[in-house]
This record gives sequence, C-alpha cells and structure tokens, in this order.
Amino acid sequence: MLMETVARWFLDLYETTGINLTIVYDAYDRQRFLSGLGMTIYLAVVCILISIAIGAVGAWAQGSPLRVVRGLVNGFVVIFRNTPPLVQIFFFYFGLGQILPRIEDADGMRVPILTNVQWAIVSLSLFAGAFNVEIFRSGLEAVPRTTTEAAQALGYTRLGVYRHVLLPLALRICLPALNNNLVNLLKTTTLAYAIAVPETLYVSKQIWTDSQNVPVMMIVLLIVYTLLVGILVFIMHRWEKALAIPGYGQGSGR
Amino acid sequence: MAALSPPEDFGWTPDQPLIRLVDVRKSFGAIEVLKGVSLDVAKGEAICIIGPSGSGKSTLIRCINALVPIDSGTIRVEGQEVNDPDLDKLALRRKVGMVFQQYNLFPHRTALDNIMMAPLHVLKQDRREVEARARALMAKVRLAGKEKAYPGELSGGQQQRVAIARALAMRPDVMLFDEVTAALDPETVKEVLLTIRELAEEGMTCILVTHEMGFAREVADHIYFTDAGVIVEHGPPASFFDDPRDPRTQAFLGQIL
Repeated sequence: MLMETVARWFLDLYETTGINLTIVYDAYDRQRFLSGLGMTIYLAVVCILISIAIGAVGAWAQGSPLRVVRGLVNGFVVIFRNTPPLVQIFFFYFGLGQILPRIEDADGMRVPILTNVQWAIVSLSLFAGAFNVEIFRSGLEAVPRTTTEAAQALGYTRLGVYRHVLLPLALRICLPALNNNLVNLLKTTTLAYAIAVPETLYVSKQIWTDSQNVPVMMIVLLIVYTLLVGILVFIMHRWEKALAIPGYGQGSGR
Repeated sequence: MAALSPPEDFGWTPDQPLIRLVDVRKSFGAIEVLKGVSLDVAKGEAICIIGPSGSGKSTLIRCINALVPIDSGTIRVEGQEVNDPDLDKLALRRKVGMVFQQYNLFPHRTALDNIMMAPLHVLKQDRREVEARARALMAKVRLAGKEKAYPGELSGGQQQRVAIARALAMRPDVMLFDEVTAALDPETVKEVLLTIRELAEEGMTCILVTHEMGFAREVADHIYFTDAGVIVEHGPPASFFDDPRDPRTQAFLGQIL
C-alpha cells in the first residue's frame, strides 16, 4: 500500500538521518497532528467570521447619534487593542470563567458554562474584532460624504444607507488592511495553547515531548503556518478581485 | 422592516403652493447663509434660482428635503412642515427627488441597479415592476443599452442622466436640481439640459439651481435671484432678464450675459 510505503520511507529517513517525522510514519502522532491542524483551521475560520461581523457592526455603532453607544464602542476598541491578547485569553478563561456560575451537564457534572475552546473563540474574536472596527471605520471615512447624502435624499434610513451603500464601498476600500489583520488573527490562534486548546502548536508540543524531535517539529510548524497564511491570503485576494468594480478604485483600467 | 407609513393628509390641496418657504433662516456657525427667504412653487411649475457663488442657493434647496436643518422659518412640502422635530424625513424624501452636482451615483452598482435600488430597498416595491420602470427610465434619459455599465464606465453627462432617472424612479412630486451641469463639459451639458427640459414640459415640478442663464430663460416659469442670503429680485424670465430692476441683479446679469 502507498501509505505503508511512505511510512517506511520516513522511518528509513529517521534511521539514516535522524530527521524524525513521527507525524508521517506514526499513526497516533499523525492523527494527533491532523486533529490539531483541524482545530487551528476551525478557530481561524470561526474567529475570522465573528471578528468581521464585530467590525461591521462596531463601525456602524461608532456613527450612532447616541453618545453612550459611541462611548461603549470606543471603550471596547481601546481595551482590546491596548492589552496583550494572551492576557485577554487568561482574563476570559481564568478570570471570567471562574466567576461565572457552573452548569450541570448531561451526566450531572458541574462544568463551566464555556469550554476552553469556546473561551478562545470569544477572546480571539473580540481581539481581532476591535482592530476590525477601526479598519472598517477607515474605510467608511474614505467614502465621500456626498454619496451618503445621495442615499439619504432617496429616503434610505441610517441602517439602509450603511447596508446598501456605505458598507459595500467601505469594505472594498479597507480590504488590504482587513487582510493584514486576519493574517495576524490566524497566527494569534496559537495563543489558545495557553489554555490547553488542542490546536496545532499544542499538539506539536505533545508530539515533540513524546518523540524528542523538537527542531523537526519547529520546522514543521513554520512550514504549516506559512502554508495556512498563504491559503488565507490567496482567498482574500480572490475576494478582492471578485469585489473590484469596473471604473472604480483598483477595478479601474480593466 | 416596518411597513411604510400611509401618506398623511396635511390639509394640502393642489391649488395651494406645492412648496412654500416663509422667512427661512440658516446659519453655519457665525455665518448666516439664509437671511429670511420666502418663495412659493406651484404644482407643475419650474423655477430657477440663480445668483453668485456663496449666495445660499444650494443651501436653500437642500433645506427642502431636510438634508440641511433650518434655524427658523417655515418650509412646507405639500402642507407637511419640514422644520418640525417630529418630521418623518423618509416620507418627505420619497416625495422629493434630488440630483446633485457631482452625480453621486453608487459606484458599486450598475446603472440599472442604481435606479432600482431605492424603489426596492426603500419603497419595497415588486422587483419585476421596478425593473420594467427602470428600463423605461433608462430609455427616457437616452441611455438604453447602458443598463449594465458601472458609473465609472460612463461619461459625466451619462452619469448625471442616470442620477436623474434614479431620482425619478421614486416617482417624486418635485425634483430638486443642484447645479447639475456645473461639473460637466460643455458637450454633455446639452444632453442633460434636454432631459430636464423634457421633464419640466411634462409638468414635473422642478426647482433648479443653475448657472445656465440661457436654459433658465427657456425652461423656467419663474426666476429667483439670490445674493448674500436673501432673494433680491424675482419674476418671470422675460421681465427678469430684459428689465432687471435691482442694481445687484443688473450687476450680476451684466457680468455673465
């Protein structure tokens, strides 16, 4: 079988060179590593989607006529932008997680309301969302005031102007900046390691502890994240192209 | 989304002025831009507001659809008080179409979409009916075949005609034109003016701020001349242009004619 041939080749590689890729030839390590990779992708996709939603809603709330709402959004942005993401994760998991009441699960066990994976999603989404609010705001500010006026003159409500005119235009303007922040978010998912979320870095640590192949696993990690970010950037560029408008901004001259 | 509120009855009848401004005042900071402006526009009438830059012409028409709130005075559109804190701005703006100097089309949507958007999103009308109307409006402004073009692919004059069609798609009772040819090159000015003239001839109530004196003379039923925030002189085009009485009007017309 092909799988066995590949496994044998990597086992030979280890015996002849010392390059120990247990994640290829050892079924248990391979399974651990793939599930870690799956968790990283899961965290990244969910957090990207939630953080974009936070950015879009937050930037809209920043333009609210109510000072309280504007103040709340600005406070949120300051807190999550000005504190380290690892501290935020600890705050949610160890701080907030301890204070909140526990609930009974199906077996009658007293368990926390949110699991470590869920806390990681909450924490990372808010962290990246705070940056996304500012990124969307920069896009909104670049849309000419007169475009908004034209929509108002047609009878659009504030939400209607935002949904149908401002947001679609702002999104196109701020995509490069959004792109950067999402790349950062993907890499920041490794911090979930600190609360024992079994993502790529966490399972790699388990693997190198068991197999004593630290340098090899380090290189594997670098390659894996390079590829993951590469895929994200590719998708974002495709999105940018799909949104390009003939005769406008980067879409002009086509 | 909330259902559209039914049209309210403000006791207005078609024999009254469609739009009535009484002693309208507006300041931006320390600068008083409108110093007590009054005017009436009857249904089906086309009026032109002319005057030097900074005389408050644009501010004046932007007050009519509440894009600019006024400080004091009265603006009534079909009897509805615009200067009322409880004003339903959205209901007002459905009755008042506006065309801007810089066209202000939505650049991310095609010409046809630009026309269809507000009837679909704001009026919640049936898509097929809206599309048929939008295509008819494209033909009316002589842009049939450009339905799928994006604003960035159209010339200034073409964009402005799409903007006119976009405002008309809401079936307004009055159209406001804010220096709509000022950003166009002379070639394309003509096509836009032709479109507006046809509208006025069809009986659309039009309020135009313009620097096109020849056009104002041909199209307008009444000319208002503003200077420094007041209406200096007004009258039918013939007497206004041929026999201006106020020295400021004489000076202004002397400079540009």
